Amino acid sequence: MTPRRQRLLLVVGILAGTAIGAAFALRAFSGDILYYYTPSKVFAKHIPDGRVFRLGGLVEKGSVKRESGTLTVRFVITDNHRTIPVVFTGVLPALFRPGQGVIASGHLDSGGMFVANKVLAKHDAKYMPLKIYNKKHGTDYTRPGGMNRGGVRGGA
Amino acid sequence: MFTWLHKLGSPPLLYRVAGRSTPWFKWTAFLLLALGLVGGLILAPPDYQQGDGFRIIYVHVPSAILSLAVFVLMAVAGAIGLIWRLRMAHAVAVAAAPLGAAFTFITLITGSLWGKPMWGTYWAWGPRLTSELVLLFLYFGYIAVINAFPNQRSGDRAGAIFAIIAAVDIPIIHYSVYWWTSLHQGASLSFTNSSISPAMLWPLLVMIVAFTLYFCWLLSIRLRTEILRRERRASWVRTLTITGAKNAKLA
Repeated sequence: MTPRRQRLLLVVGILAGTAIGAAFALRAFSGDILYYYTPSKVFAKHIPDGRVFRLGGLVEKGSVKRESGTLTVRFVITDNHRTIPVVFTGVLPALFRPGQGVIASGHLDSGGMFVANKVLAKHDAKYMPLKIYNKKHGTDYTRPGGMNRGGVRGGA
Repeated sequence: MFTWLHKLGSPPLLYRVAGRSTPWFKWTAFLLLALGLVGGLILAPPDYQQGDGFRIIYVHVPSAILSLAVFVLMAVAGAIGLIWRLRMAHAVAVAAAPLGAAFTFITLITGSLWGKPMWGTYWAWGPRLTSELVLLFLYFGYIAVINAFPNQRSGDRAGAIFAIIAAVDIPIIHYSVYWWTSLHQGASLSFTNSSISPAMLWPLLVMIVAFTLYFCWLLSIRLRTEILRRERRASWVRTLTITGAKNAKLA
Protein backbone atom coordinates (compact mmCIF):
# COMPACT_ATOMS: atom_id res chain seq x y z
CA MET A 1 0.00 0.00 0.00
CA THR A 2 1.47 3.31 -1.07
CA PRO A 3 1.64 6.15 1.45
CA ARG A 4 -0.75 8.15 -0.70
CA ARG A 5 -3.29 5.33 -0.57
CA GLN A 6 -2.89 5.25 3.20
CA ARG A 7 -3.62 8.95 3.44
CA LEU A 8 -6.63 8.54 1.15
CA LEU A 9 -7.99 5.81 3.42
CA LEU A 10 -7.32 8.01 6.45
CA VAL A 11 -9.38 10.86 4.96
CA VAL A 12 -12.17 8.48 3.94
CA GLY A 13 -12.05 7.02 7.44
CA ILE A 14 -12.36 10.43 9.08
CA LEU A 15 -15.27 11.27 6.79
CA ALA A 16 -17.06 7.98 7.40
CA GLY A 17 -16.46 8.15 11.15
CA THR A 18 -17.83 11.67 11.44
CA ALA A 19 -20.83 10.86 9.25
CA ILE A 20 -21.70 7.74 11.24
CA GLY A 21 -21.20 9.53 14.54
CA ALA A 22 -23.38 12.45 13.46
CA ALA A 23 -26.04 10.10 12.11
CA PHE A 24 -26.26 8.26 15.46
CA ALA A 25 -26.33 11.51 17.42
CA LEU A 26 -29.08 12.95 15.22
CA ARG A 27 -31.08 9.71 15.45
CA ALA A 28 -30.86 9.81 19.23
CA PHE A 29 -32.10 13.40 19.23
CA SER A 30 -34.61 13.04 16.43
CA GLY A 31 -37.63 12.80 18.72
CA ASP A 32 -36.55 15.87 20.66
CA ILE A 33 -35.48 18.30 17.94
CA LEU A 34 -38.94 19.68 17.49
CA TYR A 35 -39.26 23.39 17.04
CA TYR A 36 -42.98 23.09 17.72
CA TYR A 37 -45.71 20.56 18.56
CA THR A 38 -48.61 20.00 16.22
CA PRO A 39 -52.08 19.77 17.83
CA SER A 40 -52.03 15.96 17.40
CA LYS A 41 -48.67 15.80 19.23
CA VAL A 42 -50.05 17.98 22.03
CA PHE A 43 -52.97 15.59 22.59
CA ALA A 44 -50.68 12.55 22.33
CA LYS A 45 -48.13 13.94 24.79
CA HIS A 46 -50.62 15.22 27.41
CA ILE A 47 -48.69 18.42 28.06
CA PRO A 48 -49.68 19.74 31.50
CA ASP A 49 -51.52 23.09 31.80
CA GLY A 50 -49.20 26.00 32.30
CA ARG A 51 -46.16 24.36 30.68
CA VAL A 52 -44.71 26.73 28.08
CA PHE A 53 -44.22 25.25 24.60
CA ARG A 54 -44.60 26.12 20.92
CA LEU A 55 -47.70 25.09 19.03
CA GLY A 56 -47.55 24.94 15.24
CA GLY A 57 -50.02 24.28 12.49
CA LEU A 58 -52.33 26.01 10.06
CA VAL A 59 -54.70 28.84 10.97
CA GLU A 60 -58.10 27.27 10.41
CA LYS A 61 -60.07 29.09 7.74
CA GLY A 62 -63.00 31.05 9.13
CA SER A 63 -61.71 30.85 12.70
CA VAL A 64 -60.00 34.27 12.99
CA LYS A 65 -61.98 36.64 15.25
CA ARG A 66 -60.68 40.02 16.32
CA GLU A 67 -62.05 41.65 19.46
CA SER A 68 -63.04 45.16 18.50
CA GLY A 69 -61.12 47.96 20.16
CA THR A 70 -58.32 45.69 21.41
CA LEU A 71 -55.30 43.86 19.99
CA THR A 72 -56.77 40.53 21.07
CA VAL A 73 -57.32 37.99 18.35
CA ARG A 74 -58.75 34.47 18.58
CA PHE A 75 -58.18 31.72 16.06
CA VAL A 76 -57.86 27.95 15.82
CA ILE A 77 -54.66 26.07 14.97
CA THR A 78 -55.20 22.83 13.11
CA ASP A 79 -53.06 20.08 11.61
CA ASN A 80 -56.08 18.85 9.62
CA HIS A 81 -56.55 16.19 12.28
CA ARG A 82 -56.86 17.82 15.72
CA THR A 83 -57.47 21.48 16.54
CA ILE A 84 -56.56 23.80 19.42
CA PRO A 85 -58.14 27.25 19.99
CA VAL A 86 -55.66 30.09 20.52
CA VAL A 87 -55.99 33.53 22.07
CA PHE A 88 -53.32 36.16 21.50
CA THR A 89 -52.96 39.83 22.33
CA GLY A 90 -50.39 41.70 20.29
CA VAL A 91 -49.15 42.50 16.82
CA LEU A 92 -49.40 39.70 14.27
CA PRO A 93 -46.63 39.22 11.67
CA ALA A 94 -47.18 40.29 8.06
CA LEU A 95 -47.66 36.77 6.74
CA PHE A 96 -50.41 35.81 9.23
CA ARG A 97 -53.64 34.84 7.51
CA PRO A 98 -56.19 32.02 7.52
CA GLY A 99 -54.82 28.86 5.90
CA GLN A 100 -51.19 29.83 6.56
CA GLY A 101 -48.74 28.02 8.85
CA VAL A 102 -48.07 29.69 12.20
CA ILE A 103 -46.07 28.92 15.31
CA ALA A 104 -47.44 30.25 18.61
CA SER A 105 -45.55 30.10 21.89
CA GLY A 106 -47.45 30.07 25.18
CA HIS A 107 -49.28 27.59 27.40
CA LEU A 108 -52.59 25.76 27.71
CA ASP A 109 -55.07 27.04 30.28
CA SER A 110 -57.35 24.71 32.23
CA GLY A 111 -60.07 25.04 29.58
CA GLY A 112 -57.84 23.71 26.81
CA MET A 113 -57.32 27.18 25.31
CA PHE A 114 -53.78 27.98 24.18
CA VAL A 115 -52.75 31.37 25.58
CA ALA A 116 -50.06 32.68 23.23
CA ASN A 117 -47.60 35.42 24.10
CA LYS A 118 -45.96 35.36 20.67
CA VAL A 119 -47.19 34.33 17.23
CA LEU A 120 -44.79 33.72 14.34
CA ALA A 121 -45.91 33.14 10.76
CA LYS A 122 -44.26 30.55 8.54
CA HIS A 123 -43.53 31.39 4.94
CA ASP A 124 -44.88 28.93 2.38
CA ALA A 125 -41.78 29.32 0.13
CA LYS A 126 -44.02 30.46 -2.72
CA TYR A 127 -43.21 33.56 -4.72
CA MET A 128 -45.49 34.97 -7.42
CA PRO A 129 -46.77 38.30 -8.72
CA LEU A 130 -50.16 39.51 -7.48
CA LYS A 131 -51.69 39.10 -10.95
CA ILE A 132 -50.95 35.39 -11.03
CA TYR A 133 -52.25 34.95 -7.47
CA ASN A 134 -55.50 36.71 -8.36
CA LYS A 135 -55.90 34.57 -11.47
CA LYS A 136 -55.25 31.36 -9.51
CA HIS A 137 -57.61 32.16 -6.66
CA GLY A 138 -60.25 34.21 -8.47
CA THR A 139 -59.52 37.18 -6.18
CA ASP A 140 -59.08 40.85 -7.04
CA TYR A 141 -56.54 42.15 -4.54
CA THR A 142 -55.01 45.40 -5.71
CA ARG A 143 -52.16 45.61 -3.20
CA PRO A 144 -49.61 42.95 -2.24
CA GLY A 145 -50.37 41.41 1.13
CA GLY A 146 -54.06 42.37 0.85
CA MET A 147 -55.05 38.78 1.56
CA ASN A 148 -53.13 38.94 4.87
CA ARG A 149 -54.76 42.13 6.10
CA GLY A 150 -58.23 41.05 5.01
CA GLY A 151 -57.74 37.76 6.81
CA VAL A 152 -57.07 39.38 10.16
CA ARG A 153 -59.93 41.85 10.11
CA GLY A 154 -62.71 39.84 8.59
CA GLY A 155 -61.79 36.32 9.60
CA ALA A 156 -62.10 35.14 5.98
CA MET B 1 -4.89 11.41 -14.43
CA PHE B 2 -4.19 14.24 -12.05
CA THR B 3 -1.32 15.80 -13.96
CA TRP B 4 -3.16 19.13 -14.33
CA LEU B 5 -3.65 19.15 -10.57
CA HIS B 6 0.04 18.54 -10.00
CA LYS B 7 0.92 21.25 -12.47
CA LEU B 8 -1.31 23.73 -10.65
CA GLY B 9 0.45 22.64 -7.49
CA SER B 10 3.43 24.67 -8.61
CA PRO B 11 3.24 28.00 -6.77
CA PRO B 12 4.53 30.29 -9.58
CA LEU B 13 2.17 28.69 -12.12
CA LEU B 14 -0.87 28.91 -9.82
CA TYR B 15 0.11 32.50 -9.01
CA ARG B 16 0.15 33.30 -12.72
CA VAL B 17 -3.10 31.44 -13.50
CA ALA B 18 -4.89 33.20 -10.64
CA GLY B 19 -3.57 36.54 -11.86
CA ARG B 20 -4.69 35.90 -15.43
CA SER B 21 -8.20 34.86 -14.38
CA THR B 22 -8.72 37.74 -11.93
CA PRO B 23 -10.00 40.34 -14.47
CA TRP B 24 -12.29 37.79 -16.14
CA PHE B 25 -13.94 36.90 -12.84
CA LYS B 26 -14.12 40.57 -11.90
CA TRP B 27 -15.83 41.84 -15.04
CA THR B 28 -18.25 38.93 -15.52
CA ALA B 29 -19.16 39.18 -11.83
CA PHE B 30 -19.89 42.91 -12.03
CA LEU B 31 -21.79 42.54 -15.30
CA LEU B 32 -24.01 39.80 -13.90
CA LEU B 33 -24.38 41.61 -10.55
CA ALA B 34 -25.66 44.67 -12.43
CA LEU B 35 -28.03 42.53 -14.51
CA GLY B 36 -29.26 40.60 -11.49
CA LEU B 37 -29.79 43.72 -9.38
CA VAL B 38 -31.73 45.52 -12.12
CA GLY B 39 -33.76 42.35 -12.70
CA GLY B 40 -34.36 41.69 -9.01
CA LEU B 41 -34.90 45.21 -7.70
CA ILE B 42 -36.63 46.86 -10.68
CA LEU B 43 -37.95 44.41 -13.28
CA ALA B 44 -39.29 41.66 -11.01
CA PRO B 45 -42.87 42.36 -9.86
CA PRO B 46 -43.65 42.62 -6.11
CA ASP B 47 -44.63 39.36 -4.40
CA TYR B 48 -48.34 38.69 -3.82
CA GLN B 49 -48.00 38.37 -0.06
CA GLN B 50 -44.68 40.06 0.83
CA GLY B 51 -44.78 43.04 -1.51
CA ASP B 52 -41.29 44.44 -2.09
CA GLY B 53 -39.97 42.73 1.04
CA PHE B 54 -39.29 39.52 -0.87
CA ARG B 55 -36.45 41.17 -2.80
CA ILE B 56 -34.00 40.35 -0.05
CA ILE B 57 -33.83 36.80 -1.48
CA TYR B 58 -31.64 38.20 -4.26
CA VAL B 59 -28.90 38.63 -1.65
CA HIS B 60 -29.91 36.09 0.99
CA VAL B 61 -30.18 32.96 -1.17
CA PRO B 62 -26.93 33.46 -3.18
CA SER B 63 -25.03 34.18 0.07
CA ALA B 64 -26.53 31.11 1.73
CA ILE B 65 -25.60 28.87 -1.20
CA LEU B 66 -22.04 30.19 -1.17
CA SER B 67 -21.72 29.92 2.61
CA LEU B 68 -22.24 26.17 2.19
CA ALA B 69 -20.33 25.76 -1.10
CA VAL B 70 -17.21 27.54 0.19
CA PHE B 71 -16.99 25.21 3.18
CA VAL B 72 -17.32 22.19 0.89
CA LEU B 73 -14.56 23.68 -1.27
CA MET B 74 -12.35 24.06 1.83
CA ALA B 75 -12.97 20.47 2.90
CA VAL B 76 -12.29 19.11 -0.61
CA ALA B 77 -9.15 21.27 -0.99
CA GLY B 78 -8.05 20.12 2.47
CA ALA B 79 -8.54 16.46 1.51
CA ILE B 80 -6.58 16.96 -1.73
CA GLY B 81 -3.84 18.69 0.24
CA LEU B 82 -3.68 15.82 2.72
CA ILE B 83 -3.79 12.95 0.25
CA TRP B 84 -1.65 14.30 -2.59
CA ARG B 85 0.54 16.49 -0.37
CA LEU B 86 -0.34 19.52 -2.44
CA ARG B 87 0.62 22.60 -0.46
CA MET B 88 -1.24 24.88 -2.85
CA ALA B 89 -4.52 23.07 -2.13
CA HIS B 90 -4.14 24.17 1.50
CA ALA B 91 -3.44 27.71 0.29
CA VAL B 92 -6.78 27.68 -1.58
CA ALA B 93 -8.64 26.55 1.54
CA VAL B 94 -6.93 29.16 3.73
CA ALA B 95 -7.66 31.93 1.22
CA ALA B 96 -11.33 30.91 0.94
CA ALA B 97 -12.15 30.73 4.67
CA PRO B 98 -12.74 34.44 5.49
CA LEU B 99 -14.85 34.80 2.34
CA GLY B 100 -17.05 31.90 3.39
CA ALA B 101 -17.38 33.41 6.85
CA ALA B 102 -18.46 36.72 5.28
CA PHE B 103 -21.13 35.00 3.15
CA THR B 104 -22.40 33.17 6.25
CA PHE B 105 -22.58 36.46 8.14
CA ILE B 106 -24.48 38.15 5.28
CA THR B 107 -26.87 35.17 5.16
CA LEU B 108 -27.63 35.47 8.87
CA ILE B 109 -28.06 39.27 8.80
CA THR B 110 -30.29 39.42 5.71
CA GLY B 111 -32.37 36.50 6.96
CA SER B 112 -32.79 38.21 10.30
CA LEU B 113 -33.88 41.52 8.70
CA TRP B 114 -36.46 39.65 6.60
CA GLY B 115 -37.59 37.53 9.54
CA LYS B 116 -38.73 40.46 11.68
CA PRO B 117 -41.56 41.74 9.44
CA MET B 118 -42.45 38.39 7.82
CA TRP B 119 -42.12 35.80 10.59
CA GLY B 120 -42.49 38.28 13.41
CA THR B 121 -39.03 37.76 14.93
CA TYR B 122 -35.40 38.57 14.15
CA TRP B 123 -34.19 35.22 15.42
CA ALA B 124 -35.58 31.82 16.33
CA TRP B 125 -33.53 28.89 17.63
CA GLY B 126 -34.87 26.61 14.94
CA PRO B 127 -32.70 23.91 13.32
CA ARG B 128 -31.94 25.84 10.10
CA LEU B 129 -30.95 29.09 11.80
CA THR B 130 -28.98 27.37 14.54
CA SER B 131 -27.02 25.12 12.16
CA GLU B 132 -26.18 28.12 9.96
CA LEU B 133 -24.95 30.03 13.03
CA VAL B 134 -22.85 26.98 13.92
CA LEU B 135 -21.35 27.20 10.41
CA LEU B 136 -20.19 30.77 11.16
CA PHE B 137 -18.45 29.49 14.31
CA LEU B 138 -16.93 26.62 12.29
CA TYR B 139 -15.40 29.16 9.91
CA PHE B 140 -13.99 31.04 12.93
CA GLY B 141 -12.76 27.73 14.33
CA TYR B 142 -11.01 26.85 11.07
CA ILE B 143 -9.29 30.25 10.91
CA ALA B 144 -8.20 29.84 14.53
CA VAL B 145 -6.87 26.32 13.94
CA ILE B 146 -4.74 27.18 10.88
CA ASN B 147 -3.16 30.05 12.81
CA ALA B 148 -2.59 28.08 16.01
CA PHE B 149 0.60 26.32 14.87
CA PRO B 150 4.09 27.79 14.64
CA ASN B 151 4.76 26.09 11.31
CA GLN B 152 2.69 26.19 8.17
CA ARG B 153 2.51 22.45 7.53
CA SER B 154 1.02 21.52 10.89
CA GLY B 155 -1.51 24.34 10.63
CA ASP B 156 -2.49 23.28 7.12
CA ARG B 157 -2.98 19.64 8.11
CA ALA B 158 -4.90 20.42 11.29
CA GLY B 159 -7.09 22.87 9.37
CA ALA B 160 -7.77 20.30 6.64
CA ILE B 161 -8.81 17.65 9.16
CA PHE B 162 -10.94 20.23 10.99
CA ALA B 163 -12.66 21.23 7.71
CA ILE B 164 -13.33 17.61 6.72
CA ILE B 165 -14.88 16.81 10.11
CA ALA B 166 -16.81 20.08 10.37
CA ALA B 167 -18.26 19.59 6.87
CA VAL B 168 -20.78 17.29 8.57
CA ASP B 169 -22.70 20.50 9.36
CA ILE B 170 -23.31 21.16 5.65
CA PRO B 171 -25.87 18.35 5.01
CA ILE B 172 -27.40 19.14 8.40
CA ILE B 173 -28.00 22.76 7.32
CA HIS B 174 -29.38 21.68 3.97
CA TYR B 175 -31.77 19.01 5.27
CA SER B 176 -32.66 20.69 8.59
CA VAL B 177 -35.92 22.05 7.21
CA TYR B 178 -36.98 18.58 6.06
CA TRP B 179 -35.77 16.45 8.96
CA TRP B 180 -37.29 18.52 11.73
CA THR B 181 -40.13 20.94 12.32
CA SER B 182 -38.75 24.40 11.75
CA LEU B 183 -39.75 28.02 11.38
CA HIS B 184 -37.63 28.34 8.24
CA GLN B 185 -39.42 27.33 5.04
CA GLY B 186 -38.18 24.64 2.70
CA ALA B 187 -36.28 25.43 -0.49
CA SER B 188 -38.06 27.44 -3.18
CA LEU B 189 -35.41 26.57 -5.74
CA SER B 190 -35.32 23.18 -7.35
CA PHE B 191 -34.05 21.75 -10.61
CA THR B 192 -37.45 20.38 -11.53
CA ASN B 193 -40.15 22.62 -10.06
CA SER B 194 -39.31 25.87 -8.31
CA SER B 195 -42.07 27.58 -6.36
CA ILE B 196 -40.97 30.98 -7.69
CA SER B 197 -42.61 32.61 -10.69
CA PRO B 198 -40.31 32.87 -13.75
CA ALA B 199 -40.34 36.69 -13.66
CA MET B 200 -38.87 36.56 -10.13
CA LEU B 201 -36.74 33.47 -10.69
CA TRP B 202 -34.35 34.54 -13.46
CA PRO B 203 -32.79 37.44 -11.52
CA LEU B 204 -32.19 35.02 -8.64
CA LEU B 205 -30.38 32.56 -10.90
CA VAL B 206 -28.32 35.43 -12.36
CA MET B 207 -27.45 36.59 -8.83
CA ILE B 208 -26.35 33.09 -7.82
CA VAL B 209 -23.93 32.94 -10.77
CA ALA B 210 -22.82 36.54 -10.09
CA PHE B 211 -22.10 35.83 -6.41
CA THR B 212 -20.13 32.72 -7.40
CA LEU B 213 -18.00 34.72 -9.85
CA TYR B 214 -17.59 37.48 -7.26
CA PHE B 215 -16.30 34.83 -4.85
CA CYS B 216 -13.91 33.51 -7.53
CA TRP B 217 -12.64 37.03 -8.09
CA LEU B 218 -11.93 37.68 -4.42
CA LEU B 219 -10.50 34.16 -4.03
CA SER B 220 -8.03 34.65 -6.89
CA ILE B 221 -6.79 37.91 -5.33
CA ARG B 222 -6.52 36.38 -1.85
CA LEU B 223 -4.89 33.24 -3.23
CA ARG B 224 -2.13 35.30 -4.87
CA THR B 225 -1.45 37.09 -1.60
CA GLU B 226 -1.44 33.78 0.25
CA ILE B 227 1.00 32.25 -2.26
CA LEU B 228 3.37 35.23 -1.94
CA ARG B 229 3.21 35.00 1.85
CA ARG B 230 4.01 31.28 1.84
CA GLU B 231 6.71 31.51 -0.83
CA ARG B 232 8.30 34.70 0.43
CA ARG B 233 11.67 32.99 0.73
CA ALA B 234 11.51 31.33 -2.69
CA SER B 235 13.72 32.68 -5.43
CA TRP B 236 10.87 33.33 -7.89
CA VAL B 237 9.15 35.62 -5.41
CA ARG B 238 12.41 37.48 -4.81
CA THR B 239 12.85 37.93 -8.53
CA LEU B 240 9.28 39.14 -8.67
CA THR B 241 9.71 41.68 -5.92
CA ILE B 242 13.12 42.93 -7.01
CA THR B 243 12.46 43.34 -10.72
CA GLY B 244 8.82 44.21 -10.33
CA ALA B 245 5.80 42.27 -11.49
CA LYS B 246 5.87 43.76 -14.98
CA ASN B 247 9.42 42.80 -15.88
CA ALA B 248 9.22 39.33 -14.46
CA LYS B 249 6.21 38.60 -16.69
CA LEU B 250 4.63 36.74 -13.81
CA ALA B 251 1.75 39.03 -13.11
